[in-house]
Amino acid sequence: MIAAPLTELSAALAEKRISSVELVTLYLERIEKLNPLLNAFITIDREKALTAAQAADAQRARAKGEVVSPLLGIPFAHKDIFCAKGWRTTCASRMLANFVAPYDAHVVEKMAAAGVVMVGKTNMDEFAMGSSNETSYFGPVKNPWNLDCVPGGSSGGSAAAVAARLVPAASGTDTGGSIRQPAALCGITGLKPTYGVVSRFGMIAFASSLDQGGPMAQSAADCALLLNAMAGFDARDSTSLDRPAEDYRRELDKPLTGLRIGLPKEYFGAGLDARVSATITEALAEFRRLGADLIDVSLPNAGLSVPAYYVIAPAEASSNLARYDGVRYGHRAREYRDLIEMYEKTRAEGFGAEVKRRILIGTYVLSHGYYDAYYLKAQKVRRLIAADFSAAFACCDLIMGPTTPTPAFRFGEKSADPVAMYLSDIYTIAANLAGLPGMSIPCGFVDGLPVGLQIIGPWFAEARMLNAAHQYQLVTDWHRRIPPLTP
Amino acid sequence: MSWEVVIGLETHVQLKTQAKIFSGAATAFGAEPNRQACAIDIALPGVLPVLNRAAVVCAIKFGLAVGGHIAPRSVFARKNYFYPDLPKGYQISQYETPVISGGRIVFTLGEQEKTVRLIRAHLEEDAGKSLHEDFHGKTGIDLNRAGTPLLEVVSEPDMRSASEAVAFAKALHALVVWLGICDGNMQEGSFRIDANVSVRRPGEPLGTRREIKNLNSFRFLQQAIEYEVGWQIAELEEGRAIEQTTVLFDPASGVTRAMRSKEEAHDYRYFPDPDLLPLEISPAWIAQIAAEMPELPDAMRTRFMHAYGLPAYDAGVLTSSLALARFFEQTVAAAGAANAKAVANWIMGEVAARLNREEKTIEACPLTPNQLASLIRRIADGTLSSKLAKQVFEALWMGEGENADAIIEARGWKQVSDTTLIEPLLEEAIARNPKSVEEFRAGKEKALNALVGQVMKASGGRANPQQVAELLRKKLSG
Repeated sequence: MIAAPLTELSAALAEKRISSVELVTLYLERIEKLNPLLNAFITIDREKALTAAQAADAQRARAKGEVVSPLLGIPFAHKDIFCAKGWRTTCASRMLANFVAPYDAHVVEKMAAAGVVMVGKTNMDEFAMGSSNETSYFGPVKNPWNLDCVPGGSSGGSAAAVAARLVPAASGTDTGGSIRQPAALCGITGLKPTYGVVSRFGMIAFASSLDQGGPMAQSAADCALLLNAMAGFDARDSTSLDRPAEDYRRELDKPLTGLRIGLPKEYFGAGLDARVSATITEALAEFRRLGADLIDVSLPNAGLSVPAYYVIAPAEASSNLARYDGVRYGHRAREYRDLIEMYEKTRAEGFGAEVKRRILIGTYVLSHGYYDAYYLKAQKVRRLIAADFSAAFACCDLIMGPTTPTPAFRFGEKSADPVAMYLSDIYTIAANLAGLPGMSIPCGFVDGLPVGLQIIGPWFAEARMLNAAHQYQLVTDWHRRIPPLTP
Repeated sequence: MSWEVVIGLETHVQLKTQAKIFSGAATAFGAEPNRQACAIDIALPGVLPVLNRAAVVCAIKFGLAVGGHIAPRSVFARKNYFYPDLPKGYQISQYETPVISGGRIVFTLGEQEKTVRLIRAHLEEDAGKSLHEDFHGKTGIDLNRAGTPLLEVVSEPDMRSASEAVAFAKALHALVVWLGICDGNMQEGSFRIDANVSVRRPGEPLGTRREIKNLNSFRFLQQAIEYEVGWQIAELEEGRAIEQTTVLFDPASGVTRAMRSKEEAHDYRYFPDPDLLPLEISPAWIAQIAAEMPELPDAMRTRFMHAYGLPAYDAGVLTSSLALARFFEQTVAAAGAANAKAVANWIMGEVAARLNREEKTIEACPLTPNQLASLIRRIADGTLSSKLAKQVFEALWMGEGENADAIIEARGWKQVSDTTLIEPLLEEAIARNPKSVEEFRAGKEKALNALVGQVMKASGGRANPQQVAELLRKKLSG
C-alpha cells in the first residue's frame, strides 16, 4: 500500500478498501520508523493528523456514495514555508523556530478543502535559500538513495519524504529550482507551475517575483491531480492570475505524435556530467519512440541566468527578510543595550550563514550608486532570457534537458564554495526568471543516484508538460523505484 | 544686502478611506493600541499587500483638482529602513513614477493671488507609532496607524515667506477637505507638513536647505519657519555654512534642532515592490471620477460673484469650505436669488458669530438653510423688523419653532403696519413728549427719533419704524 501512487490510494479509499485513519496510521508508522534516518520532517503531528483522517472518513460516510474529492483522506505534507493555522511554521530558521502561524496559506486552505490529511511540515533550506538542505536550522535532510548525499534543496524534505514514501505527496516551492532540483536528486516528480498559477499568500517570501508553489509526488498523473487542487485565483495575492480553472489531467492520455521537443544546446555543454548526459539522451530517445520530434534550439543568454538570479533573488530577499527584527514575533536576542543592538544580535543569532550572505548581497546590489549596475541590469537580462524562450517556443512545444548537471553530491562537498553550490541550479533558474512552468521527472540512475529530466513549457502549458511526462512514465518505471531503506 | 527666503512643502495628507491602503483593517482614529492592525499590518510571515482602490480614487480626485498629470501607469516601490514601528522593515511608497505629477494650487495672500506649483503627489502607507511614555524606559508600539493611506504632496520651492507657506498650506488643507479625501483633522495627524527652508541672496542659486519635519499646525509651521529663517541668516552672516539636514521644531521652546545624524543617514534602497503590479489608471476611470467631482472652490467663488452679485470677499468666505458653500446655496435657493446678499450677510454675521461662540462648525449648525431662508423672506417683505428678526433667529436657533412664520404666529410678532392701529400710539407719544415735539418743530431732526422710539416701545416692537417716522413727520408738520 505504501508503494502505491496517489491515484491508487485514492481508488482504495473510494472503494472503501481502506479508511483514511488506517492509511494515515500506516504512513505515520513509516514516518516514525524512517524519519530519524532522513530528517525530512521538522514537525509531525500524529494527533492532528488522525483527527483530520477521522473527519475525512466521516465526510466520506456522509457523502453516501456521492462523488467526493479524489484527495479526500490522502496523507500529505506541506513544506515548512507554508503557514498553517495552529502549526509551528519555521521556514527552517532559528528566527521562526517557535512561530505558530495564526492563519492558513492559500495552498494549505486549498489542499485542506480538497480533503488531504496533513501529517506534518517538511524540512527545507533556511528560508528556501540553498540547494542541498544543509542550511536548515534543524539539520540537513538525507538523500534516501544514499544517506551520505544531499537530497537537494530547498524543498529537500518534501522530496526525500515522497521518495521514501513517508507521504504519498507533498507541497514544495521553487524560486530557482527548489522543487525541480530536489525532485531530480531524490527521484520523484515535481512541478513548478507558471508564475501566478498558485497563490503566494501565506507562503513565506524568499524572492517574491520568482517564488512559486507546486506539487511534489510520485508521478505526473499525481502531480496533475494535486495541481487541480492547489491552483486557483486568490485575491489576496496581487500577482495571482485570474483565469478560468483548468483540469490539468485533461491531456494526460494524448499520444505524443508530432510533439516538438526543443533541446537547447546550452543545456548540454561543458559542466554537464557525462553519465547524466547519457541518461538524458536515452530518455530523449524514449520520447522519440513515443512519436515526438527532437529539435535543436538555442537559449543564447542561458549563461546569464545564474548571475542575474543572484542579483534579483537576494535583492528581494534582503527586503522580504527585514520584517524579522525581533520586535513583534520570532526570535529576539536575550540581552541588548539599545535598539540597534537588539536588531544586530537578534538577526545575527536568528539567521544562518547562507541567509546572511544573501541579505548582504541583496543590500549591496540595491545600494545607492549600485542599483543601476546590478539590479536594473539584472532585470534587463531577465527580459532577454524570457525573449530567448519565446523565440525557442516559436519552433517547439516543450523544452527538455537535464534538471541538474550532476546527481546528488555528498554533504559538505559544495557547502564551502557558494558559487559551486549556486551552479547546481544552472538549468533550473531560467524558468523562474521567465515565469515559465518547469518540471522534473525521474529518468534513470547514475551510481545508484537518480537523474532528473527537466521539462520546460510556455506559460500555462502545464497540461502539455504533464501529458508528455505521463506518456513517458507509462513506458518507463524509474518513477516507481523506491529507495531500499532500513531503520 | 537683503536675504531671500525659499520654502517648499512636503505634506502628508491622510486619505479618508474606510480600510487601509494595502489591507482590509479599519482606519478609524483612537482605537485601543493594535486593535486595528491585521496580519498584513503587523507583517506576519507570508502576508501580501493588496491595493485599496479607494485610495487611488482619492489620488485621482486630487490630480484633477490641481490640474496635475495622472499617470496611466505608476509603480509602488519599497523604501527600506529599520524602525520598530515599521513592521515590514520597508514602507510601500512610490518613487520613480508617482501617480500624480505637476499641478498647482492657487490661493490669495492678502489682496494678492499666488500660485504654487506642485512637483508630485504619490501614494504611500503610514507607519505605526512608537509610544515612549508609560513604559518605564521601554518603548510601546501601536500599529493601528500602520498602513493608513497617505498622499504625499510635494511642492516646488515657490514660497518666499512663512506667511506665504502658511497660506499655501491652508489652501491645500481646504482643498483636500473640500474634495472629501481627507478629514483635515490636524490634531489627529491627518495633515502633516515638512518644510524645506533655505535662504539666499536675491538672484543667486538656491541655498542649502534644512528640512523641518512633522509640523501638525499652521501656527507651528509659521513659528518654525520664522525661527529657522532667522537662524540660517544669522549662521550665514557669521560666516558659517548651512549643512543639509533634518530638524525638529520644539513648540515649547520655539526653536528648531537638528536630529542626530545617525537617525537620518539612510540609504533607502528603493526598488519596485514585486508583490504589487504597476498601478494602471484608464482614461475611462478618470472620466468617471471627473463626472462625480464636486465643483472646485475657485470655480464656485467666481460663480457666486457672477450669479449672486456677491463681492469677492463674501464669495471667498462662503467658499472656504464645501459645507459652508452648500449651506449658502441651499439658503439662497429657498430665500430667492434676490436675497442672496442678505443670506451672505446673515451667514457671515449672525450664524458665524453664533457658531463661533458655541465652537461649532457649519455641519453642526442647529439652524437649517430652510429655516434661515424663512427668516430672511419675512425681513424682506417687511413682516419683521430687524430687532424682531434677531429674536426670531434666536428662537429658531433654540429649536422653538419649525420656521420663522411659526414663531411669528405663536408670539404675535407680526409687524403692525395698519395705520388705524398705530394712530392712537402716535397721539399718545405726541401728547406725552411736548419737549421733543417742540424741538423737532424748531428744526432738530434728532428729536423725531425719541418719538419714534416711544411709539415702537408702545407697540411692543411690532410697528415699522420707517412708517412710524413718516407718519409722525406728516402729523407734526401738518
